[in-house]
Amino acid sequence: MKKVLAVGLAATLAVAGMGVLSACGTNEGVSKDDIKVGFIFLHDETSTYDKNFIDAARAAVEKIGLRDDQVVFKMNVPEDDTAYETAADLADTGCDVVFADSFGHESYILKAAEEFPETQFCHATGTQAHTKNFDNYHNAFATIYEGRYLAGVVAGMKLEEMIDAGEITADEAKMGYVGAFPYAEVISGFTSFYLGARSIVPEVTMTVRYTNSWYDLTAEGETAKALINEGCVLISQHADSLGAPSACEDAGVPNVSYNGSTKATGPNTYLVSSRINWEPYFEYMINCVINGEEIDDDWTGTLETGSVELAELNEGVVADGTAEKLAEVEAQLKAGTLHVFDTSKFTVGGKTLTSYMADVDDMGDYEKDTEAIKDGYFHESEYRSAPYFDIIIDGITSYSTT
Amino acid sequence: MRNTEKIVHEPLFHIAKRDDLVWWQRLLIRAATVVVAFLFAGMLSWTLIGVDPFTFLGKLFVGTFGTERRTWISLRDLAVLLSIALALVPAFKMKFWNIGAEGQVLMGGLGAAICMYYLGGTAPDVVVYLLMLVVGILFGVVWGVLPAICKAVWRTNETLFTLMMNYLAMQLISFFTDIWVKDGSGVMKNETHLHGIKFPELGNVYVLPILVAVVLAVLLFVYLKYSKQGYELSVVGESENTARYVGINVKKVIIRTMIISGAVCGLVGVLLTGAINGTVTTETAGGQGFTAIIVAWVGKFNPLFMVLSAFLIVFMDRGTNELNLTNDAFASIVTAVVVFFIIGCEFFLSYQIKFRRRAKGKANDGAQDPPAAETPELPPEAGGAKEVQA
Repeated sequence: MKKVLAVGLAATLAVAGMGVLSACGTNEGVSKDDIKVGFIFLHDETSTYDKNFIDAARAAVEKIGLRDDQVVFKMNVPEDDTAYETAADLADTGCDVVFADSFGHESYILKAAEEFPETQFCHATGTQAHTKNFDNYHNAFATIYEGRYLAGVVAGMKLEEMIDAGEITADEAKMGYVGAFPYAEVISGFTSFYLGARSIVPEVTMTVRYTNSWYDLTAEGETAKALINEGCVLISQHADSLGAPSACEDAGVPNVSYNGSTKATGPNTYLVSSRINWEPYFEYMINCVINGEEIDDDWTGTLETGSVELAELNEGVVADGTAEKLAEVEAQLKAGTLHVFDTSKFTVGGKTLTSYMADVDDMGDYEKDTEAIKDGYFHESEYRSAPYFDIIIDGITSYSTT
Repeated sequence: MRNTEKIVHEPLFHIAKRDDLVWWQRLLIRAATVVVAFLFAGMLSWTLIGVDPFTFLGKLFVGTFGTERRTWISLRDLAVLLSIALALVPAFKMKFWNIGAEGQVLMGGLGAAICMYYLGGTAPDVVVYLLMLVVGILFGVVWGVLPAICKAVWRTNETLFTLMMNYLAMQLISFFTDIWVKDGSGVMKNETHLHGIKFPELGNVYVLPILVAVVLAVLLFVYLKYSKQGYELSVVGESENTARYVGINVKKVIIRTMIISGAVCGLVGVLLTGAINGTVTTETAGGQGFTAIIVAWVGKFNPLFMVLSAFLIVFMDRGTNELNLTNDAFASIVTAVVVFFIIGCEFFLSYQIKFRRRAKGKANDGAQDPPAAETPELPPEAGGAKEVQA
């Protein structure tokens, strides 16, 4: 009798267990009318970086046709426990998918993802989704190095114009770059920018100075000024405030921007801006949840997906023929006949690179685990979406402030 | 020749001390001010962001208490802000303008992080916890006591000194981040860099900071009100000459008080790093070292009132978070407006505006009243309330 009872109980448990499992396994999606989306931003829209995300989020939400009350924005979320609490709060209050926009949010979003398996968590610029393998945690980035390269072409055209006009000699073609941190995302960005410029003006050199902050209006402005005083004739930046563009406008030095047009700040000096357009990703992310499909662990946007873009070209300031040249280079990039990190186009310590091991898995060990150079070029954003090109190449001088 | 003038020029209005209000009138006026302040904030919300006052107030409540988690976070945020404000009180009572709480808190956090980085994984966790406390508090003390020593010995300006110490603390954190975080991203992670060290939870993650704040509030209240040291520091604050005359060692009191102030800030830093964030960044204090100054003043340096003023700040902060905005400006405006109302209310509790009387009458009472220029922006406790009660 006891045996029968035990068997019966076990069977009941097994059936119940299967029921639970199948409930988890079949994801039926969420109807468009019910879905709720939460966004976590590091700063507010006064930061060019966050504004780029905020605009894209609004565009995606409008395109899909969600109501205002289906979208929650949380701004000024620092890279600490607040990020976890905010993500958990969004899950608590019924968000089906939560997106966070800053690299430093990652470990806190992971913590929330672990706690809320029913909610999807997506994170820009992060590196850990492809090794953590959570069902509900995903990274995304884009091949922005291609956009940076195109922006570099615009800079090169401008420098060439300045040389032809006799304003500077080819030897004086020195660019300045205001970087946030000596981190792969920044290094990959300025290297591709530099290579783009050098494809037009072979003599060009570049000096990079870091602010050690992603958003510091004063430091970015001061660093841009310092670079201009050192003789840099064109400035670009990878930092999130309007510090560098406004310093350039004051000094009358051409500026290549990032994260979107800063023409309003620098009508006479702004040339062009590369940016990641997050709208395609947001649309994809939200539609996946609506359709009950799995979101890619590590999504990489490209020129084709419309994720990598140049914001408006400042026609009055850029060199003649820039638009035509851009169209030509973009076609080559899309066709795969041109590779940004073509190892025949740059040297490191005077030598051509034939092998480079990158730390792609990012387990915190800083161990170089993946061969990134194959077929004559460095394969950026292929083994994971977030950049891992962290080599300082010849022609670039990089200074850290500490 | 002044005597020959017939007309004595009396200004249209002048400001006079007022000491005719009893405690319940004061309370009633304060309550009314809070109501008016929020109504006004509601009107701003209506005109600036198109959210009607009732929805606005509702959102503030939902943002602060809407879920169990939100209530806990609000309480914890309140506890942290209150603790920092409490740390400032002994210094402020001594009229030592410590605006370096931000840096002292950050140094506490850095001290804890140093223990986590270098000892985590090798020493037993309990030892690391204890050292985090000791080193963090010590760092806070050093950051507080350096300006105090310089003030006591060489009469340096403590406002500037403590302010500059904040930037030093931030740069030190940047420096250590640069050394420890080898990928150059500037993001120090608890598991990757600090060996996953975190203080054990008491029930849940929020309880420890709340408990600390309660204990601090009680201790500080007793210290200030009933201890000899507490009395000494308030005498130094009222008049250093008096203190010297009655045999108080002023230098010693300044230094001792700032040791206490720095130690409490350091302790908060240890909690922020060890119990809340698991890491330290230049944003760890998040400007609360400065907000705490407002909390202490508005709370009139009374731990009980300070709970209310800290709550007000947290309520506005967490509440406006619920408004679904993508620009910080509105939240800052309404918070400032509400705080202004309350500061203004304190002014009118201590002073009154007397308009020129129509009748010729005696005009000589104006001579004794303090002119407007003498009025402090933030009325200190000595503003007259005490005299009434006495």
